[in-house]
Amino acid sequence: MMSEFGRFTHAVVRAIPRSLATEALRTGSPEELDLSRVQQEYELYVSVLKQRLGLEVLELPADEALPDCVFVEDAAVVCGDTALITRLGAESRRNETEAMKDALTKLGLNIVEMTDESATLEGGDVLFTGREFFVGLSKRTNQRGAEILADTFKDYAVSTVPVQDYLHLKCFCSMAGPDLIAIGSSEVAQKALKIMQQMSDHKYDKLTVPDDLAANCIYMNLPGKGDVLLHSTPEEFPESVKVFERLKDHMLIPVPNQEKAKVDGSLTCCSVLVCKNSV
Amino acid sequence: MTTEVGSETDVKKEPEKAPEVQHQTDPVQTDQPDKPADSDAQPVASAAQPEESRSAEPESPQEESSSPDPSSPPATGGQKKKEKGISRFLPPWLKRQKSQSQDQASESAEQPQSPSLKEEEEESEPKHQPDGAGAAPSSEKTEEVKEEKEEKEVKEEKEVKEEKEESRPEEVKEEENEKEEEKSVGSADTQPVREEKEAESEVKEGEEKEREEEKKEEEQVIQQETSVLSPLRLNKKMKMVVCHVTLLDGSQFSCEVEKRAKGQYLFFEVCEHLNLIEKDYFGLSFKDNAEQRCWLDPTKEIKRQIRNSQWQFAFSVKFYPPDPSQLTEDITRYLLCLQLRQDIASGRLPCSFVTHALLGSYSLQAELGDHDPEEHRLDYISDFQFAPNQTKELEEKVVELHKSHRGMTPAQADAQFLENAKKLSMYGVDLHHAKDSEAVDIMLGVCANGLLIYKDRLRINRFAWPKILKISYKRSNFYIKIRPGEAEQFESTVGFKLPNHRAAKRVWKVCVEHHTFFRLMSPENPTKSKFLTLGSKFRYSGRTQAQTRQASSLIDRPAPYFQRTSSKRISRSLDGAPMVNVSDYSHAVDSALTAGAGENGPALELNSDSKDLDKTQEDVLKHQASISELKRSFMEATPEPRPSQWDKRLTGSPATTLRLQAQGVPQKSPPHPETDSGDASKSTEVKPEVNGQPEVVEVVEETVVIEEVIKTKPKSPAPETPVTVETEVKEERSLSSDSESEEEAEYHAQTPSASISVQQIEEEPEEEQEAGLIQQAPPSVVESQPITEAEPAAPSAEEEQATAQPEEEECTDKDDAPNGHAHAAEAPPPLRAVEEEPPVVNGSVSRVEAELLPQVICCSEPPVVKTEMVTISDTFAAQKTEISTKEVPIVHTETKTITYEAAQLDGNGDGEPGVLMTAQTITSESLCTTTTTHITKTLKGGLSETRIEKRIVITGDSDIDHDQALAQAIKEAKEQHPDMSVTRVVVHKETELAEDED
Repeated sequence: MMSEFGRFTHAVVRAIPRSLATEALRTGSPEELDLSRVQQEYELYVSVLKQRLGLEVLELPADEALPDCVFVEDAAVVCGDTALITRLGAESRRNETEAMKDALTKLGLNIVEMTDESATLEGGDVLFTGREFFVGLSKRTNQRGAEILADTFKDYAVSTVPVQDYLHLKCFCSMAGPDLIAIGSSEVAQKALKIMQQMSDHKYDKLTVPDDLAANCIYMNLPGKGDVLLHSTPEEFPESVKVFERLKDHMLIPVPNQEKAKVDGSLTCCSVLVCKNSV
Repeated sequence: MTTEVGSETDVKKEPEKAPEVQHQTDPVQTDQPDKPADSDAQPVASAAQPEESRSAEPESPQEESSSPDPSSPPATGGQKKKEKGISRFLPPWLKRQKSQSQDQASESAEQPQSPSLKEEEEESEPKHQPDGAGAAPSSEKTEEVKEEKEEKEVKEEKEVKEEKEESRPEEVKEEENEKEEEKSVGSADTQPVREEKEAESEVKEGEEKEREEEKKEEEQVIQQETSVLSPLRLNKKMKMVVCHVTLLDGSQFSCEVEKRAKGQYLFFEVCEHLNLIEKDYFGLSFKDNAEQRCWLDPTKEIKRQIRNSQWQFAFSVKFYPPDPSQLTEDITRYLLCLQLRQDIASGRLPCSFVTHALLGSYSLQAELGDHDPEEHRLDYISDFQFAPNQTKELEEKVVELHKSHRGMTPAQADAQFLENAKKLSMYGVDLHHAKDSEAVDIMLGVCANGLLIYKDRLRINRFAWPKILKISYKRSNFYIKIRPGEAEQFESTVGFKLPNHRAAKRVWKVCVEHHTFFRLMSPENPTKSKFLTLGSKFRYSGRTQAQTRQASSLIDRPAPYFQRTSSKRISRSLDGAPMVNVSDYSHAVDSALTAGAGENGPALELNSDSKDLDKTQEDVLKHQASISELKRSFMEATPEPRPSQWDKRLTGSPATTLRLQAQGVPQKSPPHPETDSGDASKSTEVKPEVNGQPEVVEVVEETVVIEEVIKTKPKSPAPETPVTVETEVKEERSLSSDSESEEEAEYHAQTPSASISVQQIEEEPEEEQEAGLIQQAPPSVVESQPITEAEPAAPSAEEEQATAQPEEEECTDKDDAPNGHAHAAEAPPPLRAVEEEPPVVNGSVSRVEAELLPQVICCSEPPVVKTEMVTISDTFAAQKTEISTKEVPIVHTETKTITYEAAQLDGNGDGEPGVLMTAQTITSESLCTTTTTHITKTLKGGLSETRIEKRIVITGDSDIDHDQALAQAIKEAKEQHPDMSVTRVVVHKETELAEDED
């Protein structure tokens, strides 16, 4: 539990099923999805994790029956050496946890399964700051799911944050560094941030970006590389990238996510990061 | 301690005597008239008795059984006497002010009083007279007096037994006499009240007088005996009790303490035993009758806090340092580790498997040293408890990690343990069960940074200390006033419903303590302004974290050697008594933590003013809705069974509680100046008594307090009610209520003085009393004047006379009954009852005396008065909560009057102007409770400014027209105090569930 925040050794990803283009759940307008571009983004994403950052990447095979399976983040919440296998709010995605559970078991994590049928939780609603959890209460995540998460990770405070307008809490926020919360500029995002600030005993710094979706980034603290931040590209959110670029001490790695965003995919969505060296 | 106690007792006695002497001079002539009056009074007394019996039944069966009947007659007599005495003492101007009713009363009363005085003189028993003086203060004083009397009786008994070889019968007689005396005193107190209110029935008074005379005669005899015994008593007063303290390593520490020792004495003994210097993070706790963990208030008598519970305590961490690495000494860290191991093993501090294993491994390293493969097989840790549900897997993980700590010293291992434990989200969080405005079960977590709100395991809100403007509680409700946010214009108040009043008080106290300890640089000094605020004035009086850190930095000693007990012992302890505690904590902690403080009190910024709250309660509830997220959850109400507790406490505790109170009062010394003035006015005797009572109330906790309060209130009212008009009774009540409001603040300051006064009363040495009087005299004078004014006003304010009277009667009955039990051994039950009542009466009387002879009376008792005030407040709160009242409209009136005071007043007030004159509380379960607080500030010109705060609590079913009752009360108040103006009326309507209060 006390491992350094952002320290990861492994990443679990999942290949893209063709069904993503046609059957993926989406909150936005049904925009044409270019599967090849999605594939490109995915491959770049994996290569960054593997080649650029040196993580051990565990790639799960795609399952055509699970069009959204690429968004592995929602299927599990890993903190320390414990993994909570979630019960996804979207019924069509419930089976995504099977492969994830197997993979995390192989990694030697303590597996906790969410068996309560009244509980729903998706990883996209879980923001772990290194000190505590914030769980967005959304269409996909309910109170009971948050309770089970709190029960699973007893060391940490778990606060709930109502999520409006967006699919997940992390659609407009994420950790951009130790005690640094990247947050969108929208009213919804700012409101959520205020709630989080009030709920926490800790004073977090905030990195406000103009675009809510750009606030979803991936922070890592890797040996030999220091602070690493995977963030959106200038093509998608030029103004927000300028904000990221102010983080002089971070290794900034723009990662394209334009196509996946059409199906509510974000950067954090596509991997479950694990630190096997944690106590 | 013993020596101190003795002195205290002496002092108390002295004050009493002094007032008596004064009275005596006046009354000598009246002796004969009194007798006839007594004959008249008898009917009254009889009437009073039934009332008392009634009251006793509802409030405390035990008391009734003990000596309701006997007590009642004496009480009435005492009341009559007191009235007489009061009238005598009352200065002419006072009489005028008091109004026609008073005059009438004075006429009738004067005659009776004179006899009483004569009797007293003859007897040379200070108690009676002092009691009479004390009567002016009102019910509160009487309560205190009763307590004191009880204490005295006990002491006397002890002394007699020990020192004197007098035949047992003699002892019994003494006890009886004492009881009688007390009763008489109480009656005297009531008498003054009657006078003030109105000499409703001269005939009654006369009857009372007759009775009183008779009683007095008896008392005289008794007094003589007592006087003889007194020296012995002084020596014997030091009763020792063995305290058992469970230490953090599970071992038991036994320590003999004086029975009236304060909490800090025992705490220091324990710390000394542990060789602990950084002790401010720790405290002693005990289980109350409801098995709730309560913190022992170091500034108050142990006995009064634990009440009837055993002298069994637990030494534990009270304030978890957020950064243990900043502790100076390893031994401190070690003790913190032990506490956390308990917390973890009990489940109170939840943590993950990995954390359990890691912390467990550090524990092993600290206690066993490096892992030895040969010596430390897997089963070597089976005796250790690392988690509530310990698995083999966990033990294996612990061993695995233990191996990795090779080379780590015990101190290093402890430090690592703490570095990991402090990060746990529930580290240092004191949980209390509560419900939000929508009756959804939540948990209130008090921690170093503020207040956390949990629903199930989720944090749903958080209020950091800087965001909280005020913390308060009323009844079973707990409120926090929130600083407006950036975009908000108005403050908001959030309310929570606790299982009961005591739980609400506990949370409040824990908040006050945590806020002070972690957020302030130094404890907030009780200020005079507090007097005007209702609610307890409890404050954290220890060092803050900043202060203790500073002090720790000065520690200059070689690291003390200490032996780390093995976790095995810890685990055992956990399984055994410690474990029980822990488990209880998990459930009870929620409400228990606060208990330590015991008394209500507005703390710092977090004051809990019932008044303000009252206004906003509805709003608060609305605000609570904002927290509505929590609503969904079920109700997990964990109401505490208070009624049973109540009964228990009522039955056995009166005497003990009284004693404890006395001790506690001294500690509160800071407010002294204020309290002193108030005390002085009331009269030395009264003040001591009052002090003792208030202390008792505080210490005893709510239930006990209530009882005591009730007793006091009833005493003064009861005597009055029979004889005088209902209005008088109300006055007394109002007085008490005022005291309640200010009680807390007063407590702190006055505690020391109060205790002293109590002791004095008990011992009764005239000489000593005089000395005490001299000291306190100036304040008393000042106070006395204000008191007189206040008292008249109070009656007017109290419109619920009729209702109040019954209540008072009930209260008196209760009080009497307890006293009777205590003194039951003594032959005359009525006497006993009288004694009990007398304390109250005495209190009132003392007030009167003070008025008449402000300076003289004041001397010894001013501090006591303060304490009285305090106790009253406690009792008031306790009453409210404990006594289930569905709707309580509170009328708060402030009146300012300029009273002339003798030069002595200045001396008393020298340091600061604010002095509490008198405080009395009268409570009745179904009727109205009026609490009047007199705050007298001494101005430089020798003038004093008196404010009278009256709090009228109307409790009853919906069938009662509260509005009408309120209007009547206000009207009466105006009529009664034509020379005073009503500056503020606050009506608070509260609907509570009887269940909560029990």
